[in-house]
Amino acid sequence: MEQEVPVAPEAGRVLVVIPAYREEKTIGAVVSAARAQYPYDVLVVNDGSPDGTSGAARTAGAIVLDLPFNLGIGGAVQSAFLYARDRGYDAVVRIDGDGQHEVEDIGKVLEPVIDGRADACIGSRFLGYTGYRGSIPRIFGIHHFRWLVNLFTGYRVTDPTSGFFAINRRLVEFYSANYPSDYPEVDAYILMHRLNARAVEVPVRMYARAEGKSSITTFKAVYYMVKVTLSFLINCIRSLG
Amino acid sequence: MSRVALISIGASVALFLYILEMVRRRKLREEYSILWLSGSLVILVLSVKQEWLGRISQAIGIAYPPSFLFLVGILFILLILIHFSIAISKLHNMNKKMAQEMALMENAVRKIEEKPGGFTGT
Repeated sequence: MEQEVPVAPEAGRVLVVIPAYREEKTIGAVVSAARAQYPYDVLVVNDGSPDGTSGAARTAGAIVLDLPFNLGIGGAVQSAFLYARDRGYDAVVRIDGDGQHEVEDIGKVLEPVIDGRADACIGSRFLGYTGYRGSIPRIFGIHHFRWLVNLFTGYRVTDPTSGFFAINRRLVEFYSANYPSDYPEVDAYILMHRLNARAVEVPVRMYARAEGKSSITTFKAVYYMVKVTLSFLINCIRSLG
Repeated sequence: MSRVALISIGASVALFLYILEMVRRRKLREEYSILWLSGSLVILVLSVKQEWLGRISQAIGIAYPPSFLFLVGILFILLILIHFSIAISKLHNMNKKMAQEMALMENAVRKIEEKPGGFTGT
């Protein structure tokens, strides 16, 4: 897999995307850190949060898209792809706004995409030592999806549900028209496979959530697995727009 | 004519007229009325032409002909429900696109307003 190489960040044409729902306490720090460390535009998609997420992001210097109601993570991230497509960005990197992802790793995730070595680069918490600990259903789910992705696409992934990734212009345009609604990360592998996209993983650090609740609670784990597996299989045969 | 036949004729005629009236008053779109109208028509025809109903029932092995009517009714309800699921999914997608467009436009408007002069600057 990818080695850690210092990145010379290129100004301008990269968009850092942070989907946020009820993250007013953490979003400001993530936006500020990203803006301090990189010369990229930072876009926060506020997915209909009733709290001060939008204001906190704006104060920290982010561009903000305010969805009029909660669309779910896929719909929110897709809004950012539409923005990036319309405004001519060459690459998009997506991180969480709750402090789970390490802002310092943005460069590492972007690098293979900016170099043109890959269409997508996904940050994996399981490559190398990253100190991630998850609940048992979550780990079980990750093993299930690893197997599923490998079986159907041939991609050798270690972290199929990672939401820390970078994609190039080609995938931005494609995802603007085709992006799964609910839990998009696993489905994205099928879409990439159908596009013959080159995907690589790099090791990143992930932390326990600083604030708020994970979108996947233990209670919802079974539903999540069934739903994602079904939508994954359907995406193998779905017509693409 | 048996009582069950009379009831089923009455019910299907009433349903047919009710749906027509709803379409006429523009409370129901034509695309959603087609399945309802054809369903009530099929049941009406089978209730009036009982010998057809008897023959079909016999052919597919149903001992009590009116229960074939139920079968037809249930199949139409099933079709209509599937039709609704599709319609809801379509609305869901349209709704999502609209929300995304709204957010993008609101962002663009904000950008214009924040420029010195804003809307009135020209």
